[in-house]
Amino acid sequence: MTSGLLVYLIALPLFGSAVLLLAGRKSDKWGHLLATALSAGAFVVGLYEFSQMFSRPNDQRAVTQKLFSWISVGSFQVDAGLMLDQLSICFVLLITGVGTLIHIYSIAYMSHDRDRRRFFAYLNLFIAAMLLLVLGDSYLNLYVGWEGVGLASYLLIGFWNQKPAYATAAKKAFIANRVGDLGLSLAIMISFATLGTVSFAGVKAHAGQASTGALTAIGIMLLVAATGKSAQFPLQAWLGDAMAGPTPVSALIHAATMVTAGVYLIIRSNFIFDAAPTAQLLVAIIGAITLLFGAVIGMAKDDIKKALAASTMSQIGYMVLGAGLGPVGYAFAIMHLLTHGFFKAGMFLGAGSVMHGMDDEVNMRRYGGLRKYMPITFATFGLGYLAIIGVPPFSGFYSKDKIIEVAFNMGGIKGVMLGTAALLGAAITAFYMTRVVVMTFAGNKRWDEKAHPHESPALMWVPMVLLALGSVASGFLFTHGNSLVNWLAPVVAPKPELQSEMLKPAVVSILALVVVLIGAGIAIMKYLRADVPVVAPQDVSIFTKIARRDLLQDEFNEAVFMRPGQKLTEALVLTDNAVIDGAVRGVARMTKGSGSVLRNTQTGFVRSYAMWILLGAIGLIAAIWVVTL
Amino acid sequence: MNNAWLTSLGFLPILGALLVSVLPEKNSLLIKRAALGTTLLVAGTAIAMATRFQRDNVNFQFVETHQWIPSLGINYAVGVDGIALVLILLSVLLAPIVVLAGWNEAVGGRWSVKTFYVLLLILETMMIGVFASTDVFLFYVFFEAMLIPVYFLIGGYGSGARSAAAVKFLLYSLFGGLLMLASIIALYVLSGEQGGHTFDINALSHLHMSSTTENMLFLGFFIAFAIKAPVWPFHTWLPDAAESATPGTSVLLLGVLDKVGTFGMIRYCLTLFPHATETFTPVILGLAVISIIYGAFLAIGQTDFKRLIAYTSISHFGFITMGIFAMTSQGQSGATLYMFNHGFSTAALFLVAGWMSSRRGSSKIADFGGLQRVTPVMAWVFFFAGMSSLALPGLSSFVSEFLVLVGTYTRYPVAAVIGAFGIVLAALYILIPVQRALHGPVTEGNENLPDLNLREKVAIAPVVAVILLLGFYPSPLLRVINPAAAHSIAQAGFSDPLSSIEKAGK
Repeated sequence: MTSGLLVYLIALPLFGSAVLLLAGRKSDKWGHLLATALSAGAFVVGLYEFSQMFSRPNDQRAVTQKLFSWISVGSFQVDAGLMLDQLSICFVLLITGVGTLIHIYSIAYMSHDRDRRRFFAYLNLFIAAMLLLVLGDSYLNLYVGWEGVGLASYLLIGFWNQKPAYATAAKKAFIANRVGDLGLSLAIMISFATLGTVSFAGVKAHAGQASTGALTAIGIMLLVAATGKSAQFPLQAWLGDAMAGPTPVSALIHAATMVTAGVYLIIRSNFIFDAAPTAQLLVAIIGAITLLFGAVIGMAKDDIKKALAASTMSQIGYMVLGAGLGPVGYAFAIMHLLTHGFFKAGMFLGAGSVMHGMDDEVNMRRYGGLRKYMPITFATFGLGYLAIIGVPPFSGFYSKDKIIEVAFNMGGIKGVMLGTAALLGAAITAFYMTRVVVMTFAGNKRWDEKAHPHESPALMWVPMVLLALGSVASGFLFTHGNSLVNWLAPVVAPKPELQSEMLKPAVVSILALVVVLIGAGIAIMKYLRADVPVVAPQDVSIFTKIARRDLLQDEFNEAVFMRPGQKLTEALVLTDNAVIDGAVRGVARMTKGSGSVLRNTQTGFVRSYAMWILLGAIGLIAAIWVVTL
Repeated sequence: MNNAWLTSLGFLPILGALLVSVLPEKNSLLIKRAALGTTLLVAGTAIAMATRFQRDNVNFQFVETHQWIPSLGINYAVGVDGIALVLILLSVLLAPIVVLAGWNEAVGGRWSVKTFYVLLLILETMMIGVFASTDVFLFYVFFEAMLIPVYFLIGGYGSGARSAAAVKFLLYSLFGGLLMLASIIALYVLSGEQGGHTFDINALSHLHMSSTTENMLFLGFFIAFAIKAPVWPFHTWLPDAAESATPGTSVLLLGVLDKVGTFGMIRYCLTLFPHATETFTPVILGLAVISIIYGAFLAIGQTDFKRLIAYTSISHFGFITMGIFAMTSQGQSGATLYMFNHGFSTAALFLVAGWMSSRRGSSKIADFGGLQRVTPVMAWVFFFAGMSSLALPGLSSFVSEFLVLVGTYTRYPVAAVIGAFGIVLAALYILIPVQRALHGPVTEGNENLPDLNLREKVAIAPVVAVILLLGFYPSPLLRVINPAAAHSIAQAGFSDPLSSIEKAGK
């Protein structure tokens, strides 16, 4: 099937971005409205495509659109082609739906910023790039979107780059992402050398003929790419700093959509990972490490946005873990991705609403008791909270429990390790999220007299309410009648079957609920029953100190990469000047020197020339004599 | 059959130079307009010529041959294949942009404004000639003669230690040229022994020679080109020259003249010495990879915009050289496309860096800060140029860089993997200066810098447009380049490696 409409999904927001950037200040008055309308337009196109897709049988739902031949050299043939299937439509609706809500929210949130138009231009650019990422029909097309979202993310993290720390955060994100991009480049190179193609359809068709070694190499490189974009271990360090961007950006890019692109990449490449068990296991391990890594950091953060960012890292860890569990996990990884898109975006917008009412204060130790002043924010945030910690029947309960269950049921030591990590993560999640909610909305007021907390305007709370509805209902909708699993089946796996049944679903649910209650209970004891100090206590254990410093991720990167890199650069600059250019200058000096030595022989006296001629003649005769002897 | 296109194209700038030289010295506006008009006319003529180019014909086209020095077998022989055509287009498209962008850069030079434009137009003729020659001796004449206008442009109109930089450039290039001359004379002697003295490139490509001879002659050419390109470790003249030259001269120097080196590698090294090419490929790939990584690290360590751009170019020339010697159609086409794209990308970087430094009176990165708030358009153009230099997908340089990498990987995976680290380093050498100069608070001395004026916007707009357009739609150039690139590989006796599963299937 083909569809001529796919290109408009990308073209509409791209057009908006171009207009706003080129028109400049002239579009200050209406730029945000145009951008929002175009994002909504893309959403409408997405809904239309979805309804069309829905009405067709499950194996004929994918549609494609070829625009033109992009790069064609020898056997390297890449079309500018788009493909919308059951997997990408999930993303299209998430990106344009949540994206449009966040556009609307931003109209109010950014209303006092002199550069609001530029902000909307970047938002539209992001939407366009993210749609290209999920619609491209080859790895190279995906790459364009992949770096496009990286660019938009860089521009938005550094939106207030007059503050040097924010500019540094933007640069850090871009560079960490570039390390990931290196992985993606290599994956594409290996794929072409091995399979002779880089299109998804081509790779899928020929993957069976390739050696396991080549597929493992491709898989690992794709994983490297995913760790960069999705802030997974060991390329996770940029995400916390990325909170420098305006809060709607954190909600859209650094929670709901862009950071989940790694999960998309892995699941899109299921035909590679399913044939490369080592790479697949690595995916699961990276996911498990990151879900704990992020959760531990989340426990120690006092900055509400950084706590949520650590939580995002951890939740994406769950998705990556799910994606690493193979065909049985793919659909649940996507389900968690979608439910997370609702509840995390909603909570970020809630955090933005709190900041909006609290003069941009982000330190939760200076919040407290805000539920009375911001009832809607409290309610929507609270629903998101119940969803993320996995209380039934909220959405996270369905999606997260499924991942824990599938992890345990991998069987063997692998299943126990991964399942336990996921379960432990659930307990920690309950702890840190309860901590966030309690410190922000419950307990005593700890803010300044000057602060006048108030509820945000409707432009802000309406999107929050809609996202909260999603956090409540989406899990049920996706699992009802196995709807999402069946929907995705043609893309990700012929028949998802469990390998073993170590734990029954009910057992997992009960176990998960128990650990959640324990985690939440500890947080309530610690932060609700006792007073929260306004200044973070310093007499804490070494573990807390390390967690506050993000488990020393920056220290590690600085010691291992940055400082040696700087030393190497300095050494090379010196070498270039002293050795290489020095050698060149040496030759020049030698030439000049020998010139001045030889110049001394040119005295202008006939008698000395005559002597040189005589010596030369003697030398010549001697030479001839020697040779003919 | 003779065809006057190339000769006419080459003569137009000389005519323009003659016109400029008779204009009154005082009327510098008229001189500039005449120079701009000439370069625009040349560009238009070249485009008209290009539309008549037959894409799938791998023979030289627009061929014209006249006896020049019959007793030595030297001809005036010109013609282009797809590769040469693309490079001529690059030269003549950049020329008017350089004139318009550097409208005032001739002022304050050692000589008059008039001399500046006469030199520039003469240089344009040389650039067309060097790519169009199909007679090796004629090529050599252009190759060497080109140094003269550049020498005077740097030494007469540059800044800082301009004389020293100009002399370094000249001596370095002359040294390379001398080695090449020795090889050319040897080829001439060999051709005399094998049926008649000639300098015709097609005839010379059929010479028989012992492998020692071939290796020696190859090196003569290669070193000349490696200095020109420049490839590590022959690169130290470039940062000095780029720092001292006017921005416009630097654009032509890095954008076009250096491409004579990489063009020469394809046209002369590969075609004339296929066996030696094979022998030396491992060494050259090593040098190319070192250039990529080394150039990038050096760029990161620079404190001056112009030197920084020069070192990024050394890194990029490493990519081009790697693509050429990968001996795959993707590598070869990618390298040629890279030459074109790098010309525009460097033009953007150098022109905007030039505007920044002429406004600020300094090209030290540390002297700038917070420009995004003061001069938003200029800051945007610089950022855009930087993105193009780091090969952001969607911009033209990505297509060529990726083709080079993927083409190299299919035959030399190790070189490609090491070279690919340039992707990460590029982000560093671009984003560090971007942050220092454009972001952060507005630092002292930058508060009142004026933003780009209309002339500057008009000059840079086509550069931006070309970079964007070729990023999404490179086919117009690739379709011209592909047959010639494939032909040059076939001539050297290579064919694309099969993919692993094709190999397994056989």
